[in-house]
Amino acid sequence: MSKANLLNRREVVSALLANRKDVVAIGGLGASTNDICAAGDHARNFYLWGGMGGAAMIGLGLALAQPKLPVLVITGDGEMLMGLGSFATIGLQKPANLSILVLDNERYGETGGQTSHTSAAADLVGVAKSCGIADSRSISTMAEVEAFAKSVHDVVAGPRFANVKVDSAEVERILPTRDGTYIVNRMRSDLGFAPI
Amino acid sequence: MLADSKTSSDWPEAIYSTLERFEVRQVPYVPDAGHSRLIQRVLGSSTMRGIPLTTEEEGIALMAGAWAGGQRGVLLMQSSGVGNCINMLSLIPILRFPFLTLVTMRGEWGEFNPWQVPMGSTTRGVFELSGVQVLRASNAQEVPDVLQAAAAQAYNALTPTAVLLSQRLIGAKVFTK
Repeated sequence: MSKANLLNRREVVSALLANRKDVVAIGGLGASTNDICAAGDHARNFYLWGGMGGAAMIGLGLALAQPKLPVLVITGDGEMLMGLGSFATIGLQKPANLSILVLDNERYGETGGQTSHTSAAADLVGVAKSCGIADSRSISTMAEVEAFAKSVHDVVAGPRFANVKVDSAEVERILPTRDGTYIVNRMRSDLGFAPI
Repeated sequence: MLADSKTSSDWPEAIYSTLERFEVRQVPYVPDAGHSRLIQRVLGSSTMRGIPLTTEEEGIALMAGAWAGGQRGVLLMQSSGVGNCINMLSLIPILRFPFLTLVTMRGEWGEFNPWQVPMGSTTRGVFELSGVQVLRASNAQEVPDVLQAAAAQAYNALTPTAVLLSQRLIGAKVFTK
């Protein structure tokens, strides 16, 4: 099932990462991690295969550790709903280099397409804004995605949040590595940290 | 002897010194009476950042991100919060990042509130089942050594470690009418 007026998740993520430069990208448990991989495997991709609800907080920890580095969390509505409190934690810390984007298809695609709370009740933009993330926006066009992609590189004006309504069409599964230690150590190596 | 008693009464300061020595930078915490002095110390620190959480599991994901970005963290929580962490604890062996948590105990040693007892009684078991080694400090004198050992194995040997700060050390909480 897909609605013609909704954006395509792969096109959104490709646009976000097309000119990524030094951006660190963190995917959520589920399709968003596959989307990031589909846009191209990269040493600065952090793929989440578990710990649902943790993507935004991984982003916060990384953003605070590397304040000059643009950190972009790309996750899904279900994953974000599981960590709603992290909006409040991020709103308090206000990491200027952290951006969060939710690919909101209003359903749990990995588990059979059950509808999520964003389909009828939960407004993630409203939650983020009321938790202190002033730059929180709803995105419905590719032009707005492009503008958000540019703003991600600005590490003084964040944090920022965007909710993008995407269609729920099935897409080819592009599975990245599942080896968590490899993922983290590759990231650390790329950031210049030696193994312990 | 005088020096000992001065040191022992200042066990939160001893914890702070150890964390400073191990170059801990991010200190996620859930507000807690037993940790209140340490939290105040961290919030006044120029090298550590205290990060209040809405739930303890946030701190584990935060520490994973901190490590990916080159920093060490320590999670401050209470025994009741350990139960909030169970699934997120899975990130530790998977990502193999240094994990140290300091847990103030409730539900033991003169506890007055029965609602604290179930989680306080299973804190050690929950950690051990989740692959986290458990050390315990029962009195102020042993806090410095236990902290030193815990931080060394957590940060140098990537051995996930929890330090239980006993209710006897902290003092049983009492509510009176």
